[in-house]
Amino acid sequence: MNRLVWLLASLALAIAPHLAHLPVWVGPLCVGLGIWRVAVERGITPWPRKALVVALTLGCTAGILFEYRTLLGRDAGVTLLVTMIALKLMEMRTPRDTLVTVFLAYFLVSAGFLYSQSIPMALYLLGVVWLTTTTMIGYHDPNGGLAARLRLKLAGTLLLQAVPLMLVLFVLFPRIPPIWALPEDAHAGLTGLSDSMRPGEISQLIQSSEVAFRVQFDRAPPPASARYWRGPVLWDYDGQTWSARTPAAGTAPPVQPRGEPVRYLLTLEPHNQRWLFALDLPAAAPADSRIQADMQMLAHAPVRQRMRYRLTSYPDSRLDDPLDAATRQRALALPARANPRTRALAERWRAEEADGTRIVERALRLFREQSFFYTLNPPRLGAHAMDDFLFGSRRGFCEHYASAFVTLMRAAGLPARVVTGYQGGAPNPLGDYWIVRQSDAHAWSEVWLDGRGWVRVDPTAAVSPDRVEQGIAAALPAAELPLALSRLDLGWLQAARMRWDLVNNRWNQWVLGYGQEGQRSLLAGLHPWLARWEGMITALASGIALLLAGLAAWSLRHGLRRDRDPALAAYHRFCTRLARRGLARAAHEGPQDYAARVLRARPDLAPAVMAITRDYIDLRYGRTPGQLARLRRAVRDFRP
Amino acid sequence: MTSLVQGLVAAVLKRPWRATAFVRQLLRPVPDAAPVTLTQRRIYVLPTRSGLTFAFLLMLMLLGSINYGNSMGFVLTFLLASLALVSILHTWRNLARLTVRAGHSEPVFAGQHARIEVCLDNALGLARYAIGLRAAGVAGDVVDVPPHAGACPGVAVPAHTRGRMAVPSFTLATTFPLGLFRAWTHLDLAMHCLVYPQPSADTRPLPASPDDQGTGSQRGEGQEDFAGLRTWRAGESLRQVAWKAVAREQGMLAKQFAGEAQQAVWLDWHGLAGLDSEARLSRLTRWVLDADAAGVRYGLRLPACTLPPGTGEVQRRRCLEALAMFEP
Repeated sequence: MNRLVWLLASLALAIAPHLAHLPVWVGPLCVGLGIWRVAVERGITPWPRKALVVALTLGCTAGILFEYRTLLGRDAGVTLLVTMIALKLMEMRTPRDTLVTVFLAYFLVSAGFLYSQSIPMALYLLGVVWLTTTTMIGYHDPNGGLAARLRLKLAGTLLLQAVPLMLVLFVLFPRIPPIWALPEDAHAGLTGLSDSMRPGEISQLIQSSEVAFRVQFDRAPPPASARYWRGPVLWDYDGQTWSARTPAAGTAPPVQPRGEPVRYLLTLEPHNQRWLFALDLPAAAPADSRIQADMQMLAHAPVRQRMRYRLTSYPDSRLDDPLDAATRQRALALPARANPRTRALAERWRAEEADGTRIVERALRLFREQSFFYTLNPPRLGAHAMDDFLFGSRRGFCEHYASAFVTLMRAAGLPARVVTGYQGGAPNPLGDYWIVRQSDAHAWSEVWLDGRGWVRVDPTAAVSPDRVEQGIAAALPAAELPLALSRLDLGWLQAARMRWDLVNNRWNQWVLGYGQEGQRSLLAGLHPWLARWEGMITALASGIALLLAGLAAWSLRHGLRRDRDPALAAYHRFCTRLARRGLARAAHEGPQDYAARVLRARPDLAPAVMAITRDYIDLRYGRTPGQLARLRRAVRDFRP
Repeated sequence: MTSLVQGLVAAVLKRPWRATAFVRQLLRPVPDAAPVTLTQRRIYVLPTRSGLTFAFLLMLMLLGSINYGNSMGFVLTFLLASLALVSILHTWRNLARLTVRAGHSEPVFAGQHARIEVCLDNALGLARYAIGLRAAGVAGDVVDVPPHAGACPGVAVPAHTRGRMAVPSFTLATTFPLGLFRAWTHLDLAMHCLVYPQPSADTRPLPASPDDQGTGSQRGEGQEDFAGLRTWRAGESLRQVAWKAVAREQGMLAKQFAGEAQQAVWLDWHGLAGLDSEARLSRLTRWVLDADAAGVRYGLRLPACTLPPGTGEVQRRRCLEALAMFEP
């Protein structure tokens, strides 16, 4: 019974983190079956019939199929595993069945890491491993000789002794690329920019304080007004959504080195998309990626693992290759008949102004001088979204301003495009690196001006200069700030947050980011031979052999040679003290005879000697457990 | 040595089905007479079926970790693999340095199960858990041995034939703490257990004593006419002790009855002509038990030896031993 409770507790704790992403009926099912099993164990109900268990199993499988349309993949697989473990409780009769269930608890823990590998989750799941190991020990202690506390202690000892071996395996076990293709849902739930921009999408994203990427600058970082991290470039507008239906034609023009280069190392969090982020304008793409004609950087495969790359950017460089006709046409296209008032306004500007620079200035003046507001909660816009925004609500977030500006420019005959990415970032003073979060997501525009090429224009800066100079938290009204960005500037809280990010960063880089690349570079740094297969295998085998031999020697010395009974040890201290006074205990003397002889020689010691002898005899030979603490205290205070 | 190698090669190459038998022959322990302390060389460790299942699970977890590139998956897989490796040491240490000696084995009748005891002494400060004894394919007790203490697990081995039964070699095994590995030792302490003949099932009355025909068996019991007290001799029935005298602190005295000396039943081998020798032994065994239960003085006559009449535990044991060890 006691063992069953431990098993159920381990299973419950292993299942708990999964409940959030399992179908709602799974939790109650598990609890119900758990209670049923306890009732069976107590003899309240008989074992369920085989037919009932089979029916339940089929029902669960049908439920999973209904929910996911498949039994494969991460989510469906975990659901199947959880329900099958719960059902296994109903027919778990032999010790072997039980052990298989315990093993499945370990398996569930490993499945938990597919959803989160954060430090708190890792600690929690390792706790579950500890508990499960304790449960396993309980099933191999048929006489119940080990109290729960001792079982926990033994499981802890086993796990602690396993840690050095685990580290050797972790560092040296050769990492290889995935063996078969992953199911599609393997990387679901990652946040980040998408390949299109609809009003309200970026304002959703900035609610998240998740880290998008971290940057280490080699030298001084560029000023805030230059920290535009370029992401997807959007060309095509259908009146509501900006997107890039086809990649930009042509190849990237070589970036002319101009001004001071900025060199940096960027660690990108996985976002399950192909684009990489770079400070405007990157000189060359990192390995396994390329730069498109619109200077968007694309990896060959979606970024599903944390990725590090080193880049050099020239913030002062320009994109001034001449536009070809097709690109110009694409950069001028607008949905026919949409937004007539916006078009009329732009055409009036075109008639009045001589060159593009003045048109851009008029547009920015419009945003600056009319009562436009920068807000996270803009009103909904109608069919003519830009007309509604420019002449009606005048309240919007960066995507509204970028969208309206590009529409105006195109209507005025200037090629323009929307660029999304991140703007800003905050330094971590403890770690000498910068953090760019999802809340730094931003959208801006680029306009083609004759003689200058593509020029970045950020209309949001015209409305809210603080957004660019001081970041999102300074630009929004306090009431609108999402919790993650809350401006409560508690010094210690900020410091704690930075410290936590530093720890997370190290965790990401050294633990979670330790893959094929990391392994090769770390081992090659130690010795080139180690980075080769035979080197890794040899080092792995000898490392394990050495550690096991060391552990064997230690456990022999510690467990088999030394006397570890604390009562005996205390009593020996007592005898040693008396021996120094010339009253050594003879080999043939039992504790009582010895005490009697001591008392004849030193009647003054009677109370202490009698108390120590009595407690010692109780502890070593008595049926009732004596008081070890009292014996130890008495020996400590014993001064003959 | 050469023959050993040849034997192994022959066994494995030519007759693989006999290899296990050959290996078992090789591994058969040499009998030890004295207590044995389990050293490294005597303890074997191999994975259990659960251990193999666990290894399979770890392979699955490793594949998953590789495929998902999941670092914590690797950490957990490697931690569990290391846990299994570490558990080998703990399982092995659970047996190491135990001293094993032959325990007490009560004689039994043929057809019963003899309980063989083996005593484990733990001279160290390390508690041992869940050590199981197994002999002749029968699983016995599973015991814990506390530090500086001992335990005597037993196993019930079927006793088929009378005589001195050699206790087969036995196994002490443990899978503590995780059940992934099994450490065992195979020992032969040259133990023996005495097996008495099986008492015959029919209840034929005790033979009449040759010297008291006519007086009836009532007199034969010798407990009718109280004649006085004499010194009680060890081995005599406790029923004869004069407990009142003991209470008066006069020492252990036995009640003397008139006619006691001559009232004895002789259980005689030669009186059972017509039966084969095992059947005779079986019948005599039954009579010994019956006579002892009835408190009758009885003697046993076998072709090779004669046991004078007597009563009590010692008489019973002597007679049964003689019957068990009878060699025609």
